[in-house]
Amino acid sequence: MSTLDSRSTPRFLPGVRLHHDQTRSQWVILAPERVIELDEIAHAIVQRCNGERSVETIVAELAAEFDATTEEVGGDVIALIDDLIGKRILRL
Amino acid sequence: MNIMLAEATQARAVAPPLAVLLELTHRCPLACPYCSNPLELASQREEMDTGGWLDVIDQAAAMGALQLHFSGGEPALRKDLVELLQRARERGLYSNLITSGIGIDEAKLDRMIEAGLDHVQLSLQDATRESADHIAGYQGSFDKKLRFAGWVRARELPLTLNAVVHRHNAGNVPRMIELALQLGASRLEVAHTQYYGWGLVNRAALMPSREQLDAATAVVEEARVRLRGQLVIDYVTPDYYARRPKACMGGWAQKFLNISPRGDVLPCHAAETVPGMQFDNVRDRALLDIWQHGEAFERYRGTAWMPEPCQSCPKKEVDWGGCRCQALALSGTADTLDPVCERSPDHARILQAAMDESAAAMPPPFVYRRPARKALPGESPA
Repeated sequence: MSTLDSRSTPRFLPGVRLHHDQTRSQWVILAPERVIELDEIAHAIVQRCNGERSVETIVAELAAEFDATTEEVGGDVIALIDDLIGKRILRL
Repeated sequence: MNIMLAEATQARAVAPPLAVLLELTHRCPLACPYCSNPLELASQREEMDTGGWLDVIDQAAAMGALQLHFSGGEPALRKDLVELLQRARERGLYSNLITSGIGIDEAKLDRMIEAGLDHVQLSLQDATRESADHIAGYQGSFDKKLRFAGWVRARELPLTLNAVVHRHNAGNVPRMIELALQLGASRLEVAHTQYYGWGLVNRAALMPSREQLDAATAVVEEARVRLRGQLVIDYVTPDYYARRPKACMGGWAQKFLNISPRGDVLPCHAAETVPGMQFDNVRDRALLDIWQHGEAFERYRGTAWMPEPCQSCPKKEVDWGGCRCQALALSGTADTLDPVCERSPDHARILQAAMDESAAAMPPPFVYRRPARKALPGESPA
């Protein structure tokens, strides 16, 4: 398994999908035996994990969207992606 | 089965359930002695029809459920399973098939995937053929399961293995983990037997020793670190050996509901064992109304029902008083604290009984789950 770095291109595993929950007015990840609720920033990150964008690109886009520096958002992006890899939601 | 929805929290008092379990049938080719179905199994003629289940799926989606678990018995014994999966997908629901893997051929699996099946949870009785077939009470079940798992993974469908653990297979947890990796499963549930219903009938045949438990726990903890990102392992401990009870179902009537083959709406699998409790049926009353206001759901929801020492316990909104059905089975009333809790006056007695059972050199034989039941009105006894 390759390790997570700025050139990694994370994507959802099969059987995992993003879903807009209209009852609770929020985005969630639907996965085997799991529902993971996403706040605005988490959603902005995971919706970009399409297997084509690199972590570097995702960080740059997020920094632009939330008017922050890449240093400020970089750690949060890596931490979330790493956590979701551990939970078998995302893969590289 | 183990519903892991810990990430999701619910703020409102009676927020809708995240997951709904459809117990489509109690019929099953297997006879596992710890089956979660009730002792009195529903017969095929009592099962709700296709229209009833389709209506349930529509209502579950409308009230805000996100996941459906198609369970049983063996859900694939229902001829309308593909049609039900299709409806779940049309309503945006995530569908999970909880199966023995027996009786589903490749063509049927393809039809289920085409209809929208998202995930398969396959039961595993043990990691070796002879033992697995003995526990299932079905010769050849192990080989059929392995073949089915291969078909699932060949189609890139995510696979969870669910292994119920007890004194006869606790030593095989390392081999179960190896098997999960070989089969390409992304999740493994190592779930110690829960002792109510059939599990309680067979407690003396199944209860592991403290040493077996500790060894299995150590294996799981090591493997979780080693296999991070490769295999997720969920672990359910046997609560007899715990100091505090589990938060059964994530709290009574807070996250989960279960619909029986007859269409009765239950807060958990075992709720029908609680005497005097009235269960509403989806054919008579709207699902949302039952969830919010049904007598069975309101009775133990939250903390108002709790006696002391629960009321003054700082953990009362952590474990929600544990399991109502276990309190009933072991302490004689569902209105008291789960006797697994060390604060229960019955705790020491129950733990000692379980430890004595686990220490027996020769456990009793299994009482296999079987469709013995009371006769219906107008029906002659079998």
